[in-house]
Amino acid sequence: MKVWISLFAALMLTACGQQPESESTTSTDAPPTASETAGEVDRLVVYSSRQPHLIEPLFQRYTAETGIEIDFTNDNEASLIERLAAEGENTPADVLVTVDAGNLWHAADRGLLRSIDSPALEASIPAALQDDRNRWFALSLRARTMVYHPERVAIDELSTYEDLADPRWQGRLCLRTSRKVYNQSLVAMLIEHHGEQRAEEIVAGWVANLATNPFSSDTQLIEAIAAGQCDVGIVNSYYLGRLQADNPDYPVQLFWANQGTTGVHVNVSGAGVTLHAPHPEQAQALIEWLASEAAQAEFAERNLEFPANPAVEARGLVRAWGEFRQDETPLTVAGQRQAQAVRLMDRVGYR
Amino acid sequence: MSVTAESLPLKRRAAAPPIRRWALLPLLLLVGLPLVMLALAWLEPQTETWEHLRTWLLPRLIGHTLLMLLIVGLGVALIGIGMAWLSACCEYPGRRWLDPLLVLPLAFPTYVLAFIYLGVFDFSGPLQSAWRAAFDTSPSFLEALSRPGGVLLVMVLAFYPYVYLLARASFATGGLAAFEAGRSLGVGPLETFWRVALPIARPAIVAGLALALMETLADFGAVSIYGYDTFTTAIYRTWFGLFNLPAAVQLASILMLFVFVLLMAERFNRDSRPRQTEKRPSGHRIQLTGLPAMLATGSQLVLLSVAVLVPLIQLLVWAWPGLSELFTGHMLRVILNTMVLGLVGALAVVFGGILLLLGTHRASRRSVILGELAALGYAIPGTVLAVAIMLAFIRFDQWAGTALAGGLLALILAYLIRFVRVAWGPLEAVAARIRPEYLEVARSLGVGKWQRQLRVNLPLLWPGLVTAFLLALVEIAKEMPATLMLRPFGWDTLAIRIYELTAEGQWQLAAGPSLVLVILGAIPVVLLIRRASLVR
Repeated sequence: MKVWISLFAALMLTACGQQPESESTTSTDAPPTASETAGEVDRLVVYSSRQPHLIEPLFQRYTAETGIEIDFTNDNEASLIERLAAEGENTPADVLVTVDAGNLWHAADRGLLRSIDSPALEASIPAALQDDRNRWFALSLRARTMVYHPERVAIDELSTYEDLADPRWQGRLCLRTSRKVYNQSLVAMLIEHHGEQRAEEIVAGWVANLATNPFSSDTQLIEAIAAGQCDVGIVNSYYLGRLQADNPDYPVQLFWANQGTTGVHVNVSGAGVTLHAPHPEQAQALIEWLASEAAQAEFAERNLEFPANPAVEARGLVRAWGEFRQDETPLTVAGQRQAQAVRLMDRVGYR
Repeated sequence: MSVTAESLPLKRRAAAPPIRRWALLPLLLLVGLPLVMLALAWLEPQTETWEHLRTWLLPRLIGHTLLMLLIVGLGVALIGIGMAWLSACCEYPGRRWLDPLLVLPLAFPTYVLAFIYLGVFDFSGPLQSAWRAAFDTSPSFLEALSRPGGVLLVMVLAFYPYVYLLARASFATGGLAAFEAGRSLGVGPLETFWRVALPIARPAIVAGLALALMETLADFGAVSIYGYDTFTTAIYRTWFGLFNLPAAVQLASILMLFVFVLLMAERFNRDSRPRQTEKRPSGHRIQLTGLPAMLATGSQLVLLSVAVLVPLIQLLVWAWPGLSELFTGHMLRVILNTMVLGLVGALAVVFGGILLLLGTHRASRRSVILGELAALGYAIPGTVLAVAIMLAFIRFDQWAGTALAGGLLALILAYLIRFVRVAWGPLEAVAARIRPEYLEVARSLGVGKWQRQLRVNLPLLWPGLVTAFLLALVEIAKEMPATLMLRPFGWDTLAIRIYELTAEGQWQLAAGPSLVLVILGAIPVVLLIRRASLVR
C-alpha cells in the first residue's frame, strides 16, 4: 500500500513538473494535441492482435515522448472485434491494431471504427493502403510470395502463384493451412483478378500438387522445404527473414511472384480509431505517430516487414531481397471476398 | 460384498434438506448466463452457411471426430486403468517413484505437448532427419506419428492421467479388499479383476473418461497444430474464416447437446448402489515377481519416457539458449499471476463442485439433469465459451450498471463455469462410496448436525476434495482462451505468453514459458497425488 502511495505521489509530481516544460518543447513528431491535454488524458487503451513484443517497444517510446501511458490488450482479432461490438458505447478502447486487411475490413464493415480526417495520415500512407472511408490505415506491409530450395528448383522455373497449379509441380508444393487469414486474403485476390471459376481451378491445382498436408505455420513450411519434403511454397517474407537472420546460409530462397503480371500479393497490419473511443483525438495522434517517419522504420523492422510509409526505407535483410512490384488492388477486396474465398477453399478440399 | 441399501431398515430417501435443494441455484444462474448467450444464436438462422457446412465440411469432420473419440477413449482407458491397477494394488520394483510421476502429463497443456511432438516426429524433425541420413528413406511408423494422425497419440498421452488419477483412488480405497475377497472364494485373478474390482471403480473410471473425452472434443490447439480437422476446427473456421459467429455458436451448441445426451445416458445407466468404502487401503498389495514385475516396471518406465521425459528434454533443448533471461522481473510477475489465478480459481471451482455434489447427490432425476447442465461449460470449445462469457458479462454490466467484464471476478467466474465439472467428478466418485448409514450411526450416537458433516463426511470426502483442487489448479494454470479474453490489463499468465509466441508458429521461443508452466504444474501434481492417494 505504502509503495502505491509513494508511486502515486511521484507520478503526480512528475506530471505537474512536466506540464510547463511540455509547452516549451515542441518536438516535430509529438502529437499536437498532447500538450494541450496533458492534464486530461494520460492513458490510452489499445486492443491489439499484433504480437506484443513487436509493438510494445513502440508504445514505450510513445509514452516516453508524450507522457501518455498505453494499456494494451492482446487477443485474437475475431475476439477483439466481438468485444468491441458488444461493449458498444461503453468500450474503454481507443484504438484497434490488427494484422491482415481482411480483419481491418471486418471491423470497419461492422461499424466499429470511425472515419478520421487526418492530413498527416494522408501524407504518410498511400491510398491503396487505407480504407476508402479512412476508417483504418496500414502501418506495415508484408509480402506473401514464393520460397524455394535452390538445389531442387531452377529460378527460371518460377513465375506466378497461378503457375503453381501446373501439373509439373505435382508432389513438390507445400502450403500453409487455409485456416490462416493470409491465405484467405491471397485467394480473395485471385478471385478478384480471375473470377471465381478460374480461381477455383487454380486452388484445386495447388491442392493436387501438394507434397504433404497443409502446415499450421509458415515457419514449419519453410523448414519442410529445407528438409526436402517439398521444393516450393507460399509464405510471408518475414518468416523466411527470421530464419535467415538466425542463419545467413539458410538453404531456402525468396522469389518475388507475378512480377510480369499482377505483382506480389501484399497484406498489411494496420490500425483505426474505435467508433466510441473515449479519447478520439489522442487515439488519432497515436496512429499518426505510428505512421510517421519517426516510428515507421522500427515498426516494420521489428518484424522484418516493409514500412507502409513510402518515405521510409526498408532496412537490412529486407532490403537485400531487392525491389519488387506489388499488387496495387485495393486491400478492402481481401475483406469483401474473404467468406467467398473460404467457401471456395472448402469446395476444392484445401484444408 | 456390500449390502444393498434397500435391505436396510433406514429411511434413505428422506426429502433433501432445503440447503441441498437450493445448492444448484447460484451455479445455474451463473452458468445460465453464457448458455443463454449461446442459445440466443439460434434466433438468427444461418441457412446459407449451414448449407455450405453440410455440403463441404461436416460429413468428413464428424467422421474424424468419432474416430478421434474412439481411439483416444480406448487409449486412455487401457493405459489409465492398467496403470492405476498396478500403482494402487500391486507391488513391483520402483513403484513408489513411478506412481506420482505418471500423473505428470497433466502439467503439460495439450497444445504444448502437440507442438513438442510435432517438432520431434515431423519430416523435418530430428528423428526422421536422422533416419533419412542413415537409410535414405522415411520409415512409415514415424510418418504415422507426424501430421495429421499423430495428434491422436498426443491426446492419449495428455489425457490418460484423468482416468489414472480417479481410477487409482478408487482401486486404492475399495478395489483391493474386494479383490482379495474374490480371490479367497477361489475365482481367478483376471476374472476377479473384471467382475469385482472394475465395477467398484466404474464411477471413477467413467468420470475420468468423461473428462478425457470432453477435453478431446473441445480441443482446438492440438488438432490445429497437426491439421487434423474436427468438429471444433469447423466451429473456428465458421467464426474466423466466414466471420459468422452465430453459426459457429450454433455448431458449438450442437456439440454440447451431443455431449449432454451422452452424459445423461451414462448417468441413468449407472449402478447407484453405495459401495463398501474404506478409509485406509485394506488388504495387501499383490506382490509381483519375476516377469510380471519386470513387465509392470518396464511398461511404466516406457510410458513415463514417452509422455514426460521426451517432451521435457525437447523443451529444455529449445529453451536452453534463452534460459538465463527466463526469470527476469516481467516473467516473475507472469508466474505470480499464474499462481494467484490458479489458487483463487481452484478454490472457487472446488466450492462450486461441493455445491454440485450437494444439489445432486442421491437427489431426484431432475436435480441431476440440472447439475449436468450446470457443468456443461467443460464440453464447449474454450474460445466459444470464453466469448459467450465475455458477451454475457458485458450485457450484464449494461443491464446492472456494474463493471464486471473487465475485472478479475469475471475471470474467476469463467474458470468456475469452465472447470466445475473437473471438481465434481472426483467428489462424486468419493461420495458414491459414502454410505448413509454412517450418518445414521453418528446421529444415533447423538452427534450434532454440523459435527456429523465435519467428522463423518469431510474426512470421507477429503481425498476427493484434494483431487478436485489439484485438477482445477492445473487446469486453470493451463487455460488459455478465457484468460486471454477476460484478463484485466496486466494479468498476463504463462499460458498467455505461450499463446503470444505460438500464435505465429514461434514454438522454440515458447519453450521457455512452457517449461516454467510445466514445472509449476508438476509441483502440485506430485505433492497432491501423494496426499490424495492415501497410499504410502
